[in-house]
Amino acid sequence: MVLLYMVLVIMGIASIFATTYRDEAVIKGFLSLNTDYSRQLIYFILCLVIGSVILLTDSKFFTATANLFYGFGIVLLLLVFPFHTDVKGTESIIRFSGFQLQPAELCKLFANLALAKYLSIPDMNFKKLRAQVIAAAIVLFPALMAIMQSETGLALVYFSFFLVMYREGMPSAILLIAFSLALLAVLTLLINKDVLAVLLTVVAALSINELKLQIKRNRRLLYTIIVIWIVAVGFQRFAVPYIFSNVLKPYQVQRIYATVGKDMEVDESTMSEEDIKKMEDRKKASTYNVKQSKIAIGSGGFLGKGLMKGTQTRYDFVPEQRTDFIFCTIGEGFGFMGSIVFLGLYLFLLLRIITMAERQRSLFSRAYAYGVASVLFFHIFINIGMTIGIVPVIGIPLPFMSYGGTSLVTFTAMLFILIRLDADRQMILR
Amino acid sequence: MSTFNQSRQNFIRLLFLLAFLVLLVRLFFLQLTSKQYDILALDNAVSKNVIFPDRGIIFDRKGRSILENTLTYDLMINPTQLKGIDTAGLCKILNIDREEFRERVVAAILRNGRYRPSVFESSLPIELFVQLQENIFRFDPGFFLQERPIRSYPYKAAAHILGYVGEVDSNILKKTNYYYQIGDYMGLSGLERFYENILMGQRGVRYLLKDNKNRIVGPYEKGTFDSVAIAGRNLTTYIDIDVQVLAERLLKNKLGAIVAIEPQTGGIIAMASGPTYDPNLLAGSLRRSNFSSMLRDTARPLFNRAIKGQYPPGSTIKPMGALIALDEGVITPEYGISCNGAYFGCRRPIRCTHETPGHASNLRLALANSCNSYFSHIYRLAVDNPRLDGTTNGYLKWKNYMNSFGMGVRLGVDLPSEDRGLIADTSFYNRLYNRYWNSCTNVFLGIGQGEMQATPLQMANMMCIIANKGYYYTPHFVSSIEEETSRDTILHPYQVKHQVTSIPGSIYDIVQLGMQDVIESGTGRVARIEGIAVAGKTGTAENYGIIQGRREKLKDHSWFVCFAPRENPKIAVAVIVENAGFGATWAGPMAGLIMEKYLKDTLSVERWKEVERIESQEIILPIVKYKRNRLDSLRRSKND
Repeated sequence: MVLLYMVLVIMGIASIFATTYRDEAVIKGFLSLNTDYSRQLIYFILCLVIGSVILLTDSKFFTATANLFYGFGIVLLLLVFPFHTDVKGTESIIRFSGFQLQPAELCKLFANLALAKYLSIPDMNFKKLRAQVIAAAIVLFPALMAIMQSETGLALVYFSFFLVMYREGMPSAILLIAFSLALLAVLTLLINKDVLAVLLTVVAALSINELKLQIKRNRRLLYTIIVIWIVAVGFQRFAVPYIFSNVLKPYQVQRIYATVGKDMEVDESTMSEEDIKKMEDRKKASTYNVKQSKIAIGSGGFLGKGLMKGTQTRYDFVPEQRTDFIFCTIGEGFGFMGSIVFLGLYLFLLLRIITMAERQRSLFSRAYAYGVASVLFFHIFINIGMTIGIVPVIGIPLPFMSYGGTSLVTFTAMLFILIRLDADRQMILR
Repeated sequence: MSTFNQSRQNFIRLLFLLAFLVLLVRLFFLQLTSKQYDILALDNAVSKNVIFPDRGIIFDRKGRSILENTLTYDLMINPTQLKGIDTAGLCKILNIDREEFRERVVAAILRNGRYRPSVFESSLPIELFVQLQENIFRFDPGFFLQERPIRSYPYKAAAHILGYVGEVDSNILKKTNYYYQIGDYMGLSGLERFYENILMGQRGVRYLLKDNKNRIVGPYEKGTFDSVAIAGRNLTTYIDIDVQVLAERLLKNKLGAIVAIEPQTGGIIAMASGPTYDPNLLAGSLRRSNFSSMLRDTARPLFNRAIKGQYPPGSTIKPMGALIALDEGVITPEYGISCNGAYFGCRRPIRCTHETPGHASNLRLALANSCNSYFSHIYRLAVDNPRLDGTTNGYLKWKNYMNSFGMGVRLGVDLPSEDRGLIADTSFYNRLYNRYWNSCTNVFLGIGQGEMQATPLQMANMMCIIANKGYYYTPHFVSSIEEETSRDTILHPYQVKHQVTSIPGSIYDIVQLGMQDVIESGTGRVARIEGIAVAGKTGTAENYGIIQGRREKLKDHSWFVCFAPRENPKIAVAVIVENAGFGATWAGPMAGLIMEKYLKDTLSVERWKEVERIESQEIILPIVKYKRNRLDSLRRSKND
């Protein structure tokens, strides 16, 4: 497990090196601390220290202090509001003496701990609605803060904890409904809304027809179908447009449309010329990233061009490639084979974590482990998905790989706490 | 409780697997099945840099280079690195103010972007270059000097022959199937154009890596795909640049043309068109503005009158008429007529300049005296030849002769866009006269008027035929190509001998002697050369022009054609000066000077005085000057 972690981080440093390395002397570059790869190396060393400290800590410490940490995280998040510095459009970063901290990132760990702690309360009955609401609140409160700090991407990550809740007994209906709504939202984007409404009506009518016999016996089924139909049509006709125009920022809407390959539908007559121009610029920018990233990965071919030989990643064609688009380097440098190996490593890591989770005797450890797996999965899928253009551009890092101190420390801490808990799995049930 | 939802772990595992499968499938399509990303990536990152080899040099017959390459320097600007540069100092050297400096920086950024260098001041004059070179360190790295090869014409002569290079336009791009690229230079006229493939050499290509700002960062794949540029090959021509310069001097302030050909080879010794221009004007950075101002000039300096000017040949055609009549057998050299001042064979009398009886009592005399009656008559004899069954056939035969002499057809000189002149077809007369026409209708053709036009090159070539006694080689400039191989077929047409008559040499002698008489005792005495037998013919061609919407008779063109020495011809010359009157007045002396310069290689002091006299004389129709002045004042008022 630790080995896997090391491999990934070192691959990350190598990739950052490959994209940012210019012609300076390599060793000097690593020692100078001015280069991104040397800084990432420093973070790595720091992480190893933190990891060691965690491994030396008693596992009871984490269960005991989970709520404390959560509180601490919330305080940090609140501190952001008065003390943040603007970095690339987010308002989520605190900077002190040259060191940047993104509490929303760190809070994933704390929320995970707190959720696990809450779920493992001995007389917990997760079937009760009240318990479910509290669990959701633990998770969604930091997400709300993140949204308020213009970090929608990170906020979305918190939704991955619902996977943990699902494992711990949340009714599958909730997950089902969530999936259905998501599917409906995507369909709304892809299909003309009137056509979709007709389609939904037809489906409803067909199912009523199909289930005639049952309906005769059970009137409630009919009502259910009608309610579902009303909700679905209402969702696609009103809720989605409302979210798009009032909740999301225009650039986010544009990214989403860019992914499905459509233009944003706007009423240009109500906009000033300046706004239209701004919109055009944004559109170009939002598609440019993904286009360049696809070009980089696509040109990798079967075996890739070799690390440091990628023409696209070496010369900054892909914006943000040290951080969110780091996968381009792998894709271009090592091609399809490299990507398979790379994805394989991640998948192995995820499945391994689940296996670890299932062998835990303590509910806390298991819930925590699922939390780690969910968060990692969400990050990996969204990040790689956006570099190859199947997910809208959401600025979240690739675990262990992307350049950035906070994210590396967070993921390291998450993983090492898990390892620590796992080491003590033979101890009594908590 | 903990075992309660055990089965759900498998669902989560499945979810992970599925999600990764989605990613994998997408990657599969992205990386393995679509080639377009490869191409896009190359487009992004690799720029194809074409290296232009030096163009070939053109030499004259004595091995002097008349078109070569030289370097010019541009002051380049790096817009991103202007901080901390002594702007005031630079402005002082360039003699511009800060405002203009700012404007030029903005223009450079607009043209080429912020990150790529662009030209700040091009083709620096030598003094400015020296000054900048000493000081350039002060402006580094915002400014630097960059050399650029351009074509240079050391004799400032032969503009129309040599032509110029320029950027290719979209038409050429399409025509050459995109062999050229936007921004490439190629020969656009003259020899530069005709021998483009030889002069150009072979371009090399370098593949360079560039970054996201389009800056070059190094060679692509260490230069494995690069190809080396091969320099263009040199050309040696028949041109004698001294004669060429002299010809251009003689045509100064005149409209007209001079063509001199070596009869044995068809090699063109000189070809001048007046007015001409300094070819260096079209080589530097001011090419565009110079070109457009010359294009507007009503005297049309860009127009090569030697191959594109079409004039009625007038009396200079008479030797040809004699050759046709002789070859047809309708006359013998002894054939003569009695002329007393006009030809009355057709309805309207044709005036002759001589009235003394016996001035046309044989061919030699008629030629020497340029008797209009005689040549009108023998034209009709040739066309109405009873063996040919009718005027139409007779005229066609006559036309065929003319065409084989190179009249009314393109000779095929090694310059682009030669014109063919005019020998009218029978259909023209059929249409014009509703099929009722005979040898009288176009009898003026016998004396080189009417539906007949010739370029000066064609007339010089005609002299070659007489000098060679019946054959010619297509006139051309280039005698040899450097490192010529069997694949170079471009010169092959010029090695074909065109035999055009079957008249024995003894009869040619009579025609030649008649032309020699023109010089010794006839109309062409002005072209005499001390110690050399010259044969020639004057011409005074009537012509018409359209002035303010009305067809008006203009002053006659002055023609002179000749070759020398008569016994062993080395040079054949045709001269025309537009609207200059009698052939003997201007064209004759000019032809004489050209021949003398070429044959003797020097001119005596008195002869140089003659050159200066001719050079200083301006012969341009008032209407041309009037129009030119009006254009100038229009432009001035626009600029004010």
